[in-house]
Amino acid sequence: MSQTSEVTKPAGTTGFGGLQARSGAALNTVVRVAIRNLDFFYGDNRALKAINLDLPDRQVTGMIGPSGCGKSTLLRVLNRMYSLYPGQRAEGEVMMDGRNVIAPDMDLNELRAKVGMVFQKPTPFPMTIRENIAFGVRLHERLPKNRMDERIEWALTRAAIWGEVKDRLDTSAMGLSGGQQQRLCIARTIAVRPEVILFDEPTSALDPISTLKIEELIDELKRDFTIAIVTHNMQQAARCADQVAFFYLGELVEVAPAAQLFTAPREKRTQEYITGRFG
Amino acid sequence: MSATTIAPGPVKDAAVALALGRRRRRTDRMVRALCLGATLLGLAFLASILLTLTWRGFEAMSLRVFTMVTAPPGSEGGLLNAIVGSLIQALMGTAIGTPIGMLVGTYLAEYARGSKLGNAVRFVSDILLSAPSILIGLFVYQLMVLPFGGFSGWAGVAALAIIVIPIVVRTTEDMLQLIPNTLREAVIGLGAPKWRMIVLVCWRAAMSGIITGVLLAVARVAGETAPLLFTSLGNNAWSTDLSKPMSSLPVTIYSFAGSPFEDWIALAWAGALLITLGVLGLNILARSLLRSRI
Amino acid sequence: MPEHTVRSYEEDLRRLRDMIVRMGGLAERQVAEANESLIERDSDLATEVVQRDAAIDALEREIESFVIRLLALRQPVGADLRLIVAALKISHDLERIGDYARNAAKRAIVLAQQPVLGSMNGFTRMAALVQANLKGAIDALVHEDAEKADEIWASDEPIDEIYNGIFREMLTFMMEDPRNITAATHLLFIAKNLERIGDHATNIAETVHFAVRGDTLDEERPKSDSSAFAVVRPPSA
Repeated sequence: MSQTSEVTKPAGTTGFGGLQARSGAALNTVVRVAIRNLDFFYGDNRALKAINLDLPDRQVTGMIGPSGCGKSTLLRVLNRMYSLYPGQRAEGEVMMDGRNVIAPDMDLNELRAKVGMVFQKPTPFPMTIRENIAFGVRLHERLPKNRMDERIEWALTRAAIWGEVKDRLDTSAMGLSGGQQQRLCIARTIAVRPEVILFDEPTSALDPISTLKIEELIDELKRDFTIAIVTHNMQQAARCADQVAFFYLGELVEVAPAAQLFTAPREKRTQEYITGRFG
Repeated sequence: MSATTIAPGPVKDAAVALALGRRRRRTDRMVRALCLGATLLGLAFLASILLTLTWRGFEAMSLRVFTMVTAPPGSEGGLLNAIVGSLIQALMGTAIGTPIGMLVGTYLAEYARGSKLGNAVRFVSDILLSAPSILIGLFVYQLMVLPFGGFSGWAGVAALAIIVIPIVVRTTEDMLQLIPNTLREAVIGLGAPKWRMIVLVCWRAAMSGIITGVLLAVARVAGETAPLLFTSLGNNAWSTDLSKPMSSLPVTIYSFAGSPFEDWIALAWAGALLITLGVLGLNILARSLLRSRI
Repeated sequence: MPEHTVRSYEEDLRRLRDMIVRMGGLAERQVAEANESLIERDSDLATEVVQRDAAIDALEREIESFVIRLLALRQPVGADLRLIVAALKISHDLERIGDYARNAAKRAIVLAQQPVLGSMNGFTRMAALVQANLKGAIDALVHEDAEKADEIWASDEPIDEIYNGIFREMLTFMMEDPRNITAATHLLFIAKNLERIGDHATNIAETVHFAVRGDTLDEERPKSDSSAFAVVRPPSA
């Protein structure tokens, strides 16, 4: 997947005498997506201001911040979802595989095959479980039936839901529980074999156990995919993310390895936000 | 002394409170009596209509209603040509109006949100929805009957299709708008082009709602008289030729009921009962479909 | 820093700080009175100090369970997390300080029965320095003053030097007259206890620095305890 040799550097060390912070948390320096000087506008309203952020290859980047801070907007820039809506535009650079994602000549269907997205509420399509997975694959590949079946099994297995649905692949996906539906949506996304997966508050509609299953899944998926996750739950960012970015009023205030951001943030605004002292 | 104490309420003058309470109860009784009276009055009319219809309709009902065509007064006759004519025109009208209505509704919901053209189309469609159906009959009369030199089943079908279109437009748009935007984004997010999103996911998700709308449209046009008077006119003989005038239940009821002949009036009652039962059946079907969707 | 959105959390953190301040004050008093009982040869006061150590131990347990509760229920992060963990660590240091003070007081009871050995000025000065550092470290925590913590962290040297002096002095006493050995050994241990208390005070200062700043002081702390290498020759040799 990566063309450059992988060099790792130690994460910012922060310690506490005998309770020295966890070691070995190293950020990959191979950058999958490089965001440079990104501005975003809803009409005349500037929702993102000169964002510079790298998504390291096969690592989880958590994005936190109060509502309306721009974190979800940034996610929707990465797969050009905003292009669906007139009046929304981005300026700057989002480099991925040597191309600027937000350039007007970008092939959006091709981009979205490379940058998958999982939403806040589970969004199963009104069809069978099998068709839900096959739908995305068919958009980009022509597979004979046996290869398609393999792909479906692979995706459902990677999304940790194969065991629960393998005997009911041809029943409606709407009959699954919320947590299962969300894992189905993850399976549907990875079945297309993207490079980057965007999670937009993927567990905010789920119960705690389903949430933990999704978190465990994200941890598992980062072996193969570069992941960006927007979450309102700071504990979740702390649990899942390798690096965490804090956004406030459209600005990227601070980005740091998770252990550092949650023990010793550099910025006062980050400190006040994560400790619940905002406003 | 009891162990629990009750928190003191706001201090009130007991006498004033009593008087207030009595007045409130009196007003309440009065309003309730008015509402109940109005409801009973309405129900009484409805029940009287339905009872008379059922009574007179069943009295006139016999096998020949379904096996014989309309005949001159005094001779044996039924409603076969009118039933078949109604079925042909209602179904053809729906078959033509539904795809047009669905495409327009899809355009409004998926492509023209907030656009000027979309708002204009929606406005026109809504006006059409509430336009008196006799106007539609006159319109088709001008457009199809006069130029082609005569009343025809096709003209009736066209008039009914024009009535179907705005109903289907409205239900299609409403049903598509009920689909959460995240579902659309989920399809787009997989790299699907927009038309595939609409055809493969949105329509499928909205299908039972749209079918419900279509059934309601069928029920509506099955009872239309005015537009058919100017278009397919009616035909006392057996005919399934759409290029000729064609019989239909509402028009037959209209002409038979106003006649001085006992047997024609009886047939009109039978026809009215048939339409009512048909519309009732379609409504029940539509409701159960809508319910299964939720 | 602005107040917490959740007021009861703010209240909890204040209570934790108060507990540390209370424990720090108690430890200071123990150190002071242990030294006083030594200088004044007051066994009653020394006994009081020994008995009062239980209160420090109880406070440590109280802080520990409160910290565990806060970690479990509040899931603290950032400065709050650092303060809470710091409180846990500081309470351990203070508990050790309490133990050393009790040990010194016990020895003071024995010493009250022994002949006077030289001047006690070194002990008084050492105890004063140690107490000042201890108080300073706790104050730095309360006022979130990292500079003050750094100052204390770097000011352990004079204590070490006094200790070195006492060490040599006591060895000399022992060599002069074997009957001095009992008293000199006890005094030596008391001096060592005071020196250890000083070390714990610098530990606390280090913890305070982390709690306030979020980074660690990684350079070596200046030290001048050379007693580990000391050799004193008997005067006759």
